[in-house]
Amino acid sequence: MNFFRQIVQKPWVPVVATADELIEGREFPDPPIRIGLRVFLGVVTVIFSLLVISYFGRMAYNDWRAFPEPWLLWLNTALLISSSVAFHQSLSAIRRGKPDRVKDGLLFGGLLATCFLVGQLLIWQQMVASGFYAEANPANAFFFVLTGLHALHLLGGLVAWGKTGAKLLAGMESDKLRQSLELAALYWDYLLLIWLVLFGLLIFT
Amino acid sequence: MADVPHTGADFVAPAEVEDVELYHAKSWITKYVFCQDAKVIAIQYAITATAIGLVALVLSWIMRLQLGFPDTFDFIDATDYYQYITMHGMIMVIYLLTALFLGGFGNYLIPLMVGARDMVFPYANMLSYWIYLLAVLVLTSSFFVPGGATGAGWTLYPPQAILSGTPGQEWGIVLMLVSLILFIIGFTMGGLNYVVTVLQGRTRGMTLMRLPLTIWGIFVATILALLAFPALLVGAVMMLFDRLLETSFFMPSIVEFGEQLSYGGGSPILFQHLFWFFGHPEVYIVALPAFGIVSDLLSVHARKNIFGYRMMVWAIVAIGGLSFVVWAHHMYVSGMNPYFGFFFATTTLIIAIPTALKVYNWVLTLWRGNIHLTIPMLFAIGFIVTFLNGGITGLFLGNVVVDVPLSDTMFVVAHFHMVMGVAPILVVFGAIYHWYPKMTGRLLNNGMGHFHFWVTFLGAYLIYFPMHYLGFLGVPRRYFTIDDTSFIPDSAESLNAFITVAALIVGFAQIVFLFNLVWSLKKGKESGPNPWDATTLEWQTETTPPGHGNFGPNLPVVYRWAYDYSVPGAKEDFIPQNVPSGQSG
Repeated sequence: MNFFRQIVQKPWVPVVATADELIEGREFPDPPIRIGLRVFLGVVTVIFSLLVISYFGRMAYNDWRAFPEPWLLWLNTALLISSSVAFHQSLSAIRRGKPDRVKDGLLFGGLLATCFLVGQLLIWQQMVASGFYAEANPANAFFFVLTGLHALHLLGGLVAWGKTGAKLLAGMESDKLRQSLELAALYWDYLLLIWLVLFGLLIFT
Repeated sequence: MADVPHTGADFVAPAEVEDVELYHAKSWITKYVFCQDAKVIAIQYAITATAIGLVALVLSWIMRLQLGFPDTFDFIDATDYYQYITMHGMIMVIYLLTALFLGGFGNYLIPLMVGARDMVFPYANMLSYWIYLLAVLVLTSSFFVPGGATGAGWTLYPPQAILSGTPGQEWGIVLMLVSLILFIIGFTMGGLNYVVTVLQGRTRGMTLMRLPLTIWGIFVATILALLAFPALLVGAVMMLFDRLLETSFFMPSIVEFGEQLSYGGGSPILFQHLFWFFGHPEVYIVALPAFGIVSDLLSVHARKNIFGYRMMVWAIVAIGGLSFVVWAHHMYVSGMNPYFGFFFATTTLIIAIPTALKVYNWVLTLWRGNIHLTIPMLFAIGFIVTFLNGGITGLFLGNVVVDVPLSDTMFVVAHFHMVMGVAPILVVFGAIYHWYPKMTGRLLNNGMGHFHFWVTFLGAYLIYFPMHYLGFLGVPRRYFTIDDTSFIPDSAESLNAFITVAALIVGFAQIVFLFNLVWSLKKGKESGPNPWDATTLEWQTETTPPGHGNFGPNLPVVYRWAYDYSVPGAKEDFIPQNVPSGQSG
């Protein structure tokens, strides 16, 4: 879609009106659900961008005390990357017409993501046990907010994962399944991208 | 505009419109309660928003009783006053206006006007309403918890929002924040529907530049909301942390009643930035749908194409974009680098250009039109005048040197009530009188409509014009009572009493309007499918009110823009969007 080209059109001019009648209503070739997901990811981007801006703003104050990064963060990051890779393997299997391998990728992707969540919970426990409470320092508070919201984002993804898994088990036709997997892969890639940004932020600041 | 000539070869058969699978309700519960039909969801939104809006209206009466007749009513104390002022503001801005324009009109009009059977994600749309209802219930419940509702002011500024001297510090503020978070989650589900339906759900021939301006306004406002509400969400989450876990995102080191609190180092200004990064676009989230709707009301009831359609679209888009770079003009009195003040004052003045362009185009649409002074038209004209008044005082306040002395006075209250209270609500009323026949098959009673319009319109001026003057006198806003303040003359007290009487009368007129809504359901004159002879697709449905799926067996095909009124050579003074040119003249 060329938005700016469209909004300079004159709908009352005969030649434009004739051409317009042949135009299908939809703006993009993608199905609505894919556009909807992209718009939603746009909203998520705004949320995390504002948090990151607030993080940098708050860092400037002299009561900011960086906390020691737990090694589990690295392991969790590896888990999330693996989860995303597994989703892509599942997607690639259905594209290559090997439906029997779809299940493995999907199952591993979801399990690895669940392990990531468990790992995040362990980090929270470790932090609390070591006295890095949310109220003790703004850096800790941001850690809990950022990782907490990301975990919620991931939980939403796991709900979608469960629905896709149910479709797979119910023997859904492969075109629809492929569409579900494409959406899941897009969502997971984006989760990973956001996590990598947050991870970099937590590690390097 | 001249009629567009076509040949037979241009005709595209309706059967070529790709149809969609619709969810069909199987029981009374799924048809009327947990319903996925956008029209039912729209009405659910409208009823809920109106109900909570009535609560806010009553709160405003109580506040006005206190301001107009201080020390007269024992049942109003300072704590109540601050709780009412907070709840009134938040309810009116978010839970009434935003919900009504986007959840109400958006749901009802988008599928019908773009030629779709329903929203693209009906299930998410249904969830959107139920989460909105939950948000409203959580908000309302805060009146009944220990300590009552929050009295932090609708901007919820920290640190005072969570300090113990503020009413509702115990539970009220927590419930307010939770309610806002729920509202944003619910809205996002609805907002995705509105945006994607406009982008992907349009019928054949309905290009972006054939969309009625109502849809342009709702579409751009929804994009603004999807981008702006996250700022409020982030602020609310962080403030909840500050309140419940004693973190210090926004809370500075502070001594309360002689005791050093555990907070330290947080930035209240950071909250203000987040709040107003949402708060200013919020003005346009409410205003843009109003701009779009009023454009269509003027065009239909003046029997004339909208003047400068493309400019109107561009102005909506430009205003939407600019609304994200003016937020700090709400924070001049918080203190800022003078260069920032200059920047935000400049952007604020720049946004007046596309806004003024719209006002000129509305007036030029009326120019030499065949004006029918119907109730919707009266409200539309009332809107233009009111928006102009409110907008001009906005230009005053956009300048730092004028804003600083006026910021804490009643002048600001008068300004924003004119521009984002009265003006949009006049459009809401106009739109209800206009589309009620489509929703019910009956016209609203004309006599009651005239009474409603004139009392509301004139009454609003009797309330808010004197209020500007009170602001110039230096009467402060937010104060429970000003008692004997040396620089405020006694006449201010009389003026306050006058304003209160006017507010009570205007409130009464709204009860007449509500009565009219109910009365006309059964007793109103039958309207037929298209009582205003309008061109847009919602008036071309097979049945009135439109049934499930909106358009009968075939979706309409669009052959023209939405503004073919008084076309030279045409049989009638309007040509619906779905009429091919060969059948129009």
